[in-house]
Amino acid sequence: MDTLILGLPVAYYIAMVAKVLVAFVFVLLTVAYATYAERKIIGHMQVRLGPMRTGWHGLLQPIADGVKLFFKEEIVPSQASKFAFLLAPLVALVPAFISFAVIPFGDTVTIAGYKVPLQIAAYYDQAGAEVFDMNVGVLYILAMASLGVYGIVLAGWSSNSKYSLLGGLRSAAQMVSYELAAGLSIIAVFMLSESLSLHRIVAAQADGAWYAFKQPLAFVIFFICSLAEINRTPFDLPEAETELVSGFCTEYSSMKYAMFFMAEYANMVTVCAVTVTLFLGGWHGPSILPGWCWFVAKVYFLIFCCMWIRATYPRYRYDQLMRLGWKVFLPLSLLNIVATALWVMFISK
Amino acid sequence: MSTEIMTLNMGPQHPSTHGVLRLVVELDGEVIQKITPHIGYLHRGVEKLSEHRTYHQTIPLTDRLDYLAPMSNNLGYVLAVEKLLGIEIPERAKTVRIIMSELTRLKSHLVWIACHALDIGAMTVFLYAFREREKVMDIYEKVSGARMTSNYYRVGGLSRELYDGFERDVKDVVDTFPGCFDTYEGLLTKNTIWLQRTVGNGVISAEDAINYGISGPALRGSGVDFDLRRDIPYSGYEEYDFKVPVGENCDTFDRYKCRLVEMREAVKIIDQALKKLKPGPVLADAPQVCYPPKESVYNSIEGLIHHFKIASEGFPVPEGEVYQGIEAPKGELGYYVVSDGSNRPYRMRIRPPSFVNLSAIEKMAKGSMLADLVAVIGTLDIVLGEIDR
Repeated sequence: MDTLILGLPVAYYIAMVAKVLVAFVFVLLTVAYATYAERKIIGHMQVRLGPMRTGWHGLLQPIADGVKLFFKEEIVPSQASKFAFLLAPLVALVPAFISFAVIPFGDTVTIAGYKVPLQIAAYYDQAGAEVFDMNVGVLYILAMASLGVYGIVLAGWSSNSKYSLLGGLRSAAQMVSYELAAGLSIIAVFMLSESLSLHRIVAAQADGAWYAFKQPLAFVIFFICSLAEINRTPFDLPEAETELVSGFCTEYSSMKYAMFFMAEYANMVTVCAVTVTLFLGGWHGPSILPGWCWFVAKVYFLIFCCMWIRATYPRYRYDQLMRLGWKVFLPLSLLNIVATALWVMFISK
Repeated sequence: MSTEIMTLNMGPQHPSTHGVLRLVVELDGEVIQKITPHIGYLHRGVEKLSEHRTYHQTIPLTDRLDYLAPMSNNLGYVLAVEKLLGIEIPERAKTVRIIMSELTRLKSHLVWIACHALDIGAMTVFLYAFREREKVMDIYEKVSGARMTSNYYRVGGLSRELYDGFERDVKDVVDTFPGCFDTYEGLLTKNTIWLQRTVGNGVISAEDAINYGISGPALRGSGVDFDLRRDIPYSGYEEYDFKVPVGENCDTFDRYKCRLVEMREAVKIIDQALKKLKPGPVLADAPQVCYPPKESVYNSIEGLIHHFKIASEGFPVPEGEVYQGIEAPKGELGYYVVSDGSNRPYRMRIRPPSFVNLSAIEKMAKGSMLADLVAVIGTLDIVLGEIDR
């Protein structure tokens, strides 16, 4: 175990691969069953049953959906720009998953005397008894989240369909309006945690002093902006069914469509996980349950909230949404930064 | 930077054009420059067909005009023919017609609120409203045998007596619906997003509304206090006490409020009518026009011949022409019937409210965004079966 590769022990690499597998399978399963949960939860809110036929209470529905989509005919419109058309679903899907690399989803666990932090891009320095992770974790997440939108814009543009184009345009406009407010709102969190490393941000909330309580405004702004970023109701404009048929994915079929679908839900899981990490104390919770249980529970609760919001709210209009982003959330988050700065400077010290 | 106007073809297959409406929209970005409606995808020639059918045979055709409010269509038609014939219908038939027509109003408005909300993105209201609509549908089915194409009214009254338990079922509607309307209002009326989407959307001034010939809730939403049920009463509406809601701001939100109040008023009218409902005949004593009672058809040769004559040959209608407008859920539904004294109309013309209301779509949506157009289609509450006839 003492052999070093690039300055790190072999065990580090083994643990890394294992963590990647665990996290990937977790996200994938959550995505599959989030589609089921959404249909069930919204179904019950709307006095209907949701899927009931495939398996007990429709439990096999996601698998049936997957199989169905897999066997559907692949259609590429003859006038589409083929390369971009095929690339777009990938561009949408991959960033949704790789954001998970920096999210701490549990406490450090000891396996065969070797301590492993439950965060993919992190390792436990045995000598210094300290966890090291990516020191710009939050920036990395923001970067990945912005990349995902290229998939949608590309899909809208390359389909060569008017509805898709409008969907892509809306998505681009939505992105610039919300990215900024979301980014600025979490600056207040960094000021309190004095770090961009997600591990440290979680550690700073260990005593139950969640940033959601210390920074309620930032929490609300970030969560709403996240909804806008992942195109969830009330900000589901790029694929507004009643206006744009299916928006950017109107021309997509089969697995390519399934990839957009997965990307949407994977994004939902990711932003909920980021919100939990930044504002809801990450994996911390009463010690009756292991850390990762708390993390999963909190993430699932937020996912439930996303679905609840979808069942309750109508859809914003494109210009109203931009107004909300630029004229309400941006000034509010700037104000929040100033207020936090003053508080850190004069009161807390 | 050079820009171009984009022409977008919305429909006839589109999730929110309420059937087979086709709109050719010219867009600058997402701002609407011009809207050209193309209609006729559902044309069945009801007006022409009626010239080749006896007066009774036309009733099922009227079901298929505004298929969300079949009994209102029946009502307008039978009233027009009765006016030509100059026959008086029994009190019970009149009261039942009022109950069924107001239930129809509820049914139609429930579909309106459902689809309008769904178009704007509020999915849950859609399913709630359809749940309530199902109750009305059940009554429809028990009364007439069909959920949509009722064919229930007859010239001279009704096609059959009500079923046992009708009053209980209607009472249930009267008791439960106001609570359901509160639920919809709870989800929409104070919802910020709903307000942002509907207030100031699709504005049409009272003057413009009158000039375009808009009628029904769309007209009242623009502040014109006009309701045929109150102002030119028919079918005994003068005996009922109800309010006519009027809007102020001429926008989608006011029309929404108007229709909601109208639904509550419809429930009140039904309640009053239920109290008036007394046993009695449901067909006028006019053997030259009305079918004989079933007992006589089955048990006597005269009855059978009578039934056969009316069913095959129909009945002659005195020469003349008549216009009968009624306040259908979507506006003024008018039947203009010309008779040459034979057993079929010489010409029948239908004034469909949706068709006239649709003509104002460009006025209402020009200069707004694509998403607003969807809201305007919803607020006009159009049905293509009626527009294309």
